[in-house]
Amino acid sequence: MVDVSTTWRSQFEAQACANAPEWLTSLRAKAFARFTELGFPTRRDEEWRFTPVSPITETIFTASTQTVSAEEVALAPFAEIGGTRLVFVNGKYAESLSEVRALPKGAIVTSIAQGFREHAETLEAHFGKYVQGENHAFVALNTAFAQDGALIIIPRNAIVEDPLHLLYLTVAGDTPTVSHPRTLIIAGENAQVTIAEVYSGIGEGTTFTNAVTEIVLAPNAVVDHYKVQAESESAYHVGVQQVQLDRSGNFTSHNIAIGGAIVRNEANAVLAAEGGECTLNGLYIAGTGQLIDNHTAIDHAMPHCNSHELYKGIIKGKGRGVFNGKIFVRKDAQKTDAKQTNQTLLLSKEAQINTKPQLEIFADDVKCTHGATVGQLSEESLFYLQSRGIGLEEATSLLTYAFASEVIGRVKIEALRDQIHSALFLQLPAAIRPEA
Amino acid sequence: MLEIKNLQARVDEKEILRGINLTVNAGEVHAIMGPNGSGKSTLAGVLAGRSAYDVTGGSVTFNGQDLLELAPEERAREGIFLAFQYPVEIPGVNNMYFLRAAVNAIRKHRGEPDMTAGEFTKMAREKVKLLQLDPSLLNRAVNEGFSGGEKKRNEIFQMAMLDPKLAILDETDSGLDIDALQIVSHGVNALRSPDRAVIVVTHYQRLLNYIVPDFVHVLANGRIVKSGGKELALELEEKGYGWIEKELAATA
Repeated sequence: MVDVSTTWRSQFEAQACANAPEWLTSLRAKAFARFTELGFPTRRDEEWRFTPVSPITETIFTASTQTVSAEEVALAPFAEIGGTRLVFVNGKYAESLSEVRALPKGAIVTSIAQGFREHAETLEAHFGKYVQGENHAFVALNTAFAQDGALIIIPRNAIVEDPLHLLYLTVAGDTPTVSHPRTLIIAGENAQVTIAEVYSGIGEGTTFTNAVTEIVLAPNAVVDHYKVQAESESAYHVGVQQVQLDRSGNFTSHNIAIGGAIVRNEANAVLAAEGGECTLNGLYIAGTGQLIDNHTAIDHAMPHCNSHELYKGIIKGKGRGVFNGKIFVRKDAQKTDAKQTNQTLLLSKEAQINTKPQLEIFADDVKCTHGATVGQLSEESLFYLQSRGIGLEEATSLLTYAFASEVIGRVKIEALRDQIHSALFLQLPAAIRPEA
Repeated sequence: MLEIKNLQARVDEKEILRGINLTVNAGEVHAIMGPNGSGKSTLAGVLAGRSAYDVTGGSVTFNGQDLLELAPEERAREGIFLAFQYPVEIPGVNNMYFLRAAVNAIRKHRGEPDMTAGEFTKMAREKVKLLQLDPSLLNRAVNEGFSGGEKKRNEIFQMAMLDPKLAILDETDSGLDIDALQIVSHGVNALRSPDRAVIVVTHYQRLLNYIVPDFVHVLANGRIVKSGGKELALELEEKGYGWIEKELAATA
């Protein structure tokens, strides 16, 4: 039997690091050392209690050099939403498949590999400065291996009108493949940008995406962020998103997860200065053979910040869901207003959810609420629809759609919203589709 | 059209219907009256196929078919319509979309082609006038945020759209002010036809001034204890349900 950790080590030692700046080489080495010390989490680890990752940690993955044609890309879910699009194939930037449209002066939308060469100072100042890799083996692993991904820098006062589409394509091969995409988004003072970070897949076969995204907002910056996870049903996905908000920054995130066999999404935000506003919304659908885990953490470090959180889960068949929502309100964070809602719809007797709100409040003049509901579709609503001639399956589908629509309705990118509609309806029995 | 024989039903082990016999022919309007707890709403629910009720005996045939064998949606497609006493709010489901799905499900069952969005909208615009319903309500979620009166008018609007053979109105008058009551009654009367039957379930005689029934039945303790013409409703109004109970006690 081949030792998995030995494989990671030999891959790390073999990876091409020519021309990498010294700070990066050293950061990678530290990260790999930390990964080795930590080892992968097990279910004895409180944060991973309900999410066994052994199928990931016991598989030998290799990086893939596979290429795909534009035609193949077009067939992948969420491949087109219009506007600027950066395409990454198994984590590697594919310039020929990408298109960067007109941007405000000074805005940078490029690959992080290019960023290491051309924007070394900015990267040195920000790369790995926000995400917590010290106690997170997957984050450490990403930092050790991340060679490519997206780099977005929006300068002060710049407003990017059209959404920026980051399309991370996971292409399955004959053997299990891994990628470590890394995204860094820096929004300058008063800057405004909308970003759709999409993980989509081509082909069946075991794949592992180990993604890390860092987003930093300067004072008054507005970032509207979407993450869509729609990889194949044999995909493993661990994605950690870390957001840092400066004074009066406004960050909104929508996290839509519909693909994957084991998916762990972490959405973390630190409200690091007064007046910040943070919204984390999510929608996930897990069926038989799928486990979708959402961990969120909002850290109110300073006063007068608001956070809103709405996560909805739909679990069918033998699917499994996990939700953990942490809200920290630090001693200084007076006048915090935080609201967390988690609702789960179980469509079968075998469907399972483990949900846990976790509020830790150290300030005394704050407003914090949380609510978690787990339930089935209302019998009375089903009967009402049936009594009008609508079949039970269609009625189920319609009510499930209605449950999800509260989150979908908040997606502001029209093309994305429409595609989420369609994807959601493909997943449901006897698809019926309301017209937009 | 509808033949109910010795129908017995229970909810959670509690016997509610204890042998109902009733025949309703096309073109007729039957009122079913009775005190609270007499089983009126249970009867309406059993006919529409509400699963909370256990039918323990008897039979119901609808145009020759065994109604009790059919799922609620199949009953609706065969032409049974229940106007709910408490219409359900369904957030996230658009009223028009829902109704078009319903209309087309019924048309499909009848072997008719789907109605296009255009045809549907045209029909909805006509029918909505009949019920004096604010057209903007059609583009809202089903019953969500509707007033009590709007919900009841929406029920009759749905009835007009679905064109049933047998309409069962379950206390459609409850909670309505006189204006709304007149609008709802007008809507129902406009739908009266020789091919259609209506069962009006009500606690009060007031509705029957507007929807004049051909037959009135009094339900007490799970049985029809008295049947008559429209004058029976007036008598009940005057003397109260106590009168029936006393009369029954006297003959017992």
